[in-house]
Amino acid sequence: MEKIICACGHSNPYGTKLCEKCGRPLTEEEKQNKVVDMRYDGMAIRSKTYNKSIIDKIWNFFSSVKVGIALIIITLIAASIGTLLPQEFYVKASDMEKGAYYEDVYGVFGKIYYALGLSDLYSSWWFQILVGMLAVSIIVASLDRGIPLHKSLKNQRVKRHESFMKRQRIVAEGQVTAGTEETLDKVAQKMTEMKYAVRRDGSALLAEKGRFSRYGPYINHVGLIIFLGGVMLRLLPGFYVDESIWVREGETRAIPSMDGYFIENRDFILETHDNEPQGEQVKQGVNVVAKNFQTDVTLYKQPEDALPGDTENLEKVKDYSIRVNHPLKEDGFALYQMDYRLNELKQMNFELVHKTTEESLGKVEIDLTNPKKEYDLGNGSSVQILVYTPDFDGFENGEPRTKTSVPNNPAFLFKMTTPETPEGEVSFVEIMQPPLEPLGENQYRMKFAEAEMRDMSGITVRKDKTIPIIFIGGAIFMLGVVIGSYWNHRRLWLQVEPDGRVLMAAHVNKNMFSMKKDLDAVTAFAALPSYKDQLEKDEDSEESANGSIKEKEGDNT
Amino acid sequence: MEKKKKRLVLRTVILAVLALAIGYTVYGTATKEKVELVAVGSEAPDFTLIDLNGEKHKLSDYKGQGVFLNFWGTWCKPCEKEMPAMDNQYQEFKDQGVQTLAVNIAQTDFEVQNFVDRHNLSFPVVIDKTKSVMTAYNVGQLPATVLIDPDGKVTKIITGEMTEEHIASFMESVKPK
Repeated sequence: MEKIICACGHSNPYGTKLCEKCGRPLTEEEKQNKVVDMRYDGMAIRSKTYNKSIIDKIWNFFSSVKVGIALIIITLIAASIGTLLPQEFYVKASDMEKGAYYEDVYGVFGKIYYALGLSDLYSSWWFQILVGMLAVSIIVASLDRGIPLHKSLKNQRVKRHESFMKRQRIVAEGQVTAGTEETLDKVAQKMTEMKYAVRRDGSALLAEKGRFSRYGPYINHVGLIIFLGGVMLRLLPGFYVDESIWVREGETRAIPSMDGYFIENRDFILETHDNEPQGEQVKQGVNVVAKNFQTDVTLYKQPEDALPGDTENLEKVKDYSIRVNHPLKEDGFALYQMDYRLNELKQMNFELVHKTTEESLGKVEIDLTNPKKEYDLGNGSSVQILVYTPDFDGFENGEPRTKTSVPNNPAFLFKMTTPETPEGEVSFVEIMQPPLEPLGENQYRMKFAEAEMRDMSGITVRKDKTIPIIFIGGAIFMLGVVIGSYWNHRRLWLQVEPDGRVLMAAHVNKNMFSMKKDLDAVTAFAALPSYKDQLEKDEDSEESANGSIKEKEGDNT
Repeated sequence: MEKKKKRLVLRTVILAVLALAIGYTVYGTATKEKVELVAVGSEAPDFTLIDLNGEKHKLSDYKGQGVFLNFWGTWCKPCEKEMPAMDNQYQEFKDQGVQTLAVNIAQTDFEVQNFVDRHNLSFPVVIDKTKSVMTAYNVGQLPATVLIDPDGKVTKIITGEMTEEHIASFMESVKPK
């Protein structure tokens, strides 16, 4: 692509708006402007320089700010659609029933929502591609603009052309009252006092402060990319684990994703405040308020060479009380108290009694986690369990069926043998139901005495190695925001022409008010001509200012 | 010209890296959601479990034989249905170098013994009390069957009920040559 040769002789890359060397406006558009666009200091945005191969075309697409903004808006809209209904992750329904769940709970809208895949929006391929494209846009646009801006700021010249100076927002022109050197010295002194970096080149001066604030947006983008990278790392094996297990009191379970580790639930504790309900509690109809959810656990580890299933030589790692916000931490994993279920049957006690006399022949204690085949009551009486179904669900072909392996509705087929009935009597006992006597009228029955319960803890297993990365990304992001928001880049150009005319211009990327304060100070100190804000709405001077600019433009060319 | 070429290469590299990252993210999320058992073709995770007779069964001890590894529970109807067929085929194949191992998921000895007696099962039945083998194989729904060849590699994973013909052909497929 052809170069642009400025009147000063400097050769600028295609797309440059203001000459890199002297600052003369190079495009017709810039020449028309009263105040030049200083966002990238007039540098050519790289993508605009040429447009040839397919790679360049893709690059230019992502480099466009318009495309970037469109991507942000589309992502925002998509992300907010995902908040209309709860996502699948938060829905308590099995995979098969999820579609029906959305339809039942949210009607036709829910059905459409589910059918369109919006119920699992954030892990959908298109949403991820959208976020990915946003990331590409951020990277490409930043490279395209940040690098030229950096080069321009690094290679700034002190002396600029008059046409550049006059197109700044703040301009001043007049005669020096004191000598050239004296004026420049005074300006330099005052600006240095106000913590500006001052450079001089002959009769020209450039005072600059807070240049680093121009890098704020780019630092911010770096943080954002690190953040997104951290989130992406979660998919790599070993970086992120989020599993859950249920462990009943007294049980020892292998911990998913935490190879070789086992957890034993020794006790689950639920404590509540025993106050009289008052205030908000009454208003909201809350009877009890929980004080503590706690699972006392023992963590075990297999010996190094042990295989899954080999639980003979478990080594105790530690005892711990897992409470809300006090997870058990081990080996980069954290085990959290997440859920609980109270009162699952653990043991059922029966008495073998005579049906009419209610005389007891002894007690049978059935540990539901390990029922025995036969319980000997002495004196020639015994009880056999023929069948045990933990979750009785009716008969099928004469056999009692269990729905699950959980003792929600235990049922037993007992065979009771007493000295009186040496042949044995068979009775089917279901919780809360009168016993069935399939083989005829019995003399004895199993009378339910009491039950022992146990609780169940829902534990979440989590590991997240990406947190430091996400944290650093977030910190850099904030740093960028702070740098870009609370600091600003202030520049003052001052030139004394050979004829004794002084030209002054100032630029600030934001916070013009502070800049004007600095200008007031230096103007007064060095007796400079008063300055003018070319963007200020000033009814009286508007006309004349425009006129004079046009006139001078003619002079330049 | 040199500079332009360099820039083109740089742009291509940056865009390619970003495209790969996005591709991996999409692929990773798509495959993460599926609850998969061990991968076909990979080494079957070794384990040891104890059967109802107190005998230890270590998977790696069956190297050189095919293994028909079935995960089940007494509450699971399809598991129960396929048991007699499995037992028939076990009898057929046990002398041809195909071992059958049925892994019960953490039920009580009583229930498992009762079930085995009722169905007259002759193959070894082990109980995974701590669910650690279930976790290692990432078993979600029952029944689940893993076919392991004589080299210890997983050749096929079957979830759901199998017919007797299927079972026979599966056992045939892992028979040592």
